[in-house]
Amino acid sequence: MQLALVIDLNVCVGCHACVTSCKEWNTGGAAGPLTDQHAYAADPTGTFFNRVQTYEAGTFPDTETIHFPKSCLHCEDPPCVPVCPTGASYKRKEDGIVLVDYDKCIGCKYCAWACPYGARELDEGRQVMTKCTLCVDRIHDEALAPDDRKPACVKACPTNARLFGDIHDPQSDVAQAIRERDGYPLMPEWDTKPANHYLPRRVNKAP
Amino acid sequence: MNPAFSVIFLTTLSGTAQGVVVALALAALSGVPMSRGYQVIALGCAAVLAIVALAASFFHLGRPERAWRAAARWRTSWLSREVIVLPAFIAAAVLWAWLVARGTSAPWPPLLALLLAVALWVCTAMIYACLRFIAEWAHPFTLVTFSFTGLAAGLTLACALAATLAETPLLAAAGASALVATLLAGVARVLSLRRNAALKPRSTLRTATGITATPIRQISMGMSAGAFNTREFFHHATAATVRNVKLIALVAGFVLPAACIAWALATGAIAPWWLAVLVQAPGLVADRWLFFAQARHPQNLYYQRVA
Repeated sequence: MQLALVIDLNVCVGCHACVTSCKEWNTGGAAGPLTDQHAYAADPTGTFFNRVQTYEAGTFPDTETIHFPKSCLHCEDPPCVPVCPTGASYKRKEDGIVLVDYDKCIGCKYCAWACPYGARELDEGRQVMTKCTLCVDRIHDEALAPDDRKPACVKACPTNARLFGDIHDPQSDVAQAIRERDGYPLMPEWDTKPANHYLPRRVNKAP
Repeated sequence: MNPAFSVIFLTTLSGTAQGVVVALALAALSGVPMSRGYQVIALGCAAVLAIVALAASFFHLGRPERAWRAAARWRTSWLSREVIVLPAFIAAAVLWAWLVARGTSAPWPPLLALLLAVALWVCTAMIYACLRFIAEWAHPFTLVTFSFTGLAAGLTLACALAATLAETPLLAAAGASALVATLLAGVARVLSLRRNAALKPRSTLRTATGITATPIRQISMGMSAGAFNTREFFHHATAATVRNVKLIALVAGFVLPAACIAWALATGAIAPWWLAVLVQAPGLVADRWLFFAQARHPQNLYYQRVA
């Protein structure tokens, strides 16, 4: 099993609901707190597991604005794991989630150097490396209703731009979406085999 | 990358200590006569430098009290291997110095210290060289420049001590090698800098985002101020600063020390040896700063515009 997110760039409107929902769940959940610094000053900064970036492509007037959510891609061959000197960084066999054991992390930052995507952020308060957990404390929680056993970002998305499931199960929504809508991984040149995929934008020409 | 002074001092000080130990080990193994006092002082200097280097490394950790855990993953992590080999190297140097002080002279202590010094260069360099997507580091040049600069600094310090303590046979045997090592290290560094300047990044905004329409530009990195990603992976220095550091690194790290060593060899004076040591130390610190600052991490593609 390889759990992953599939992000549909056609419908992401850049509302950052996934960002705030992720922060809300994870700062209070098993992974938290996600420290903020200077929250009310001119240079606020803090730990986030998920960011929504915005890109512009094309030449005016044929330009498009692409909102691009970005979090840990839970690589099938994660370069951040073997470099960890303590074993704090690991990939779970049972569901493919890449996690950090915050009790073993020494905050050496080497895993962040070894991630080409910049998916890891050192928490300045706790001085340990943090990253997206795919809401591991939520998706397997049988006390929650089955519909709530999804990452916070997926539950929050108002346009259903974030699909969640097992990409190794050919019948899953995510595997079908990747297959039928040309889902692609980021930076394929490094052979990290990211589990998260992105669905490319399809431009509809005006009639 | 944003150069961390903890790692700069770790690698430069430890490299010099390794150079001193390698110089003494090669001299001892090839039968160059050295006084007991000289060996104890030189090995003591190496041990102190390596211990300061080890102490500096703790400043790079967010949780230094857990540093002992870093020895766990030696099967996969070069950092873990370095964490094991650096204390072993210090122990070997101290043990050798202690045996010399007691009057024992066996070939195995210098051999053991030599092997550990070389192993430490491999571990330290591979920490950087194994990160395949940082093209500036992922090359044998990393191992070559780390070991050659360490050897040059170590030979220079060993010779400065030898000149001061009138160790004529060692100075005769190692003096010229200090000059050769400094020149070779400088040539290797110039070649690696030329390689870096010619590198074309493999990752682009297109491969990073998968957006096929061109041109692509970032409008927002998704935050209104900085984050770990903007602090850790950008050196935030101006192009002029980087150019000046490069000039200092090459002139103070290699050219001036080589000139001082040549002067010392020609005149037999002691002072130029120490002048070489004094000018080389900040030069090699500048050189190591440049090593980190020059590395362009592919994650920077995602963090081009604060908004």
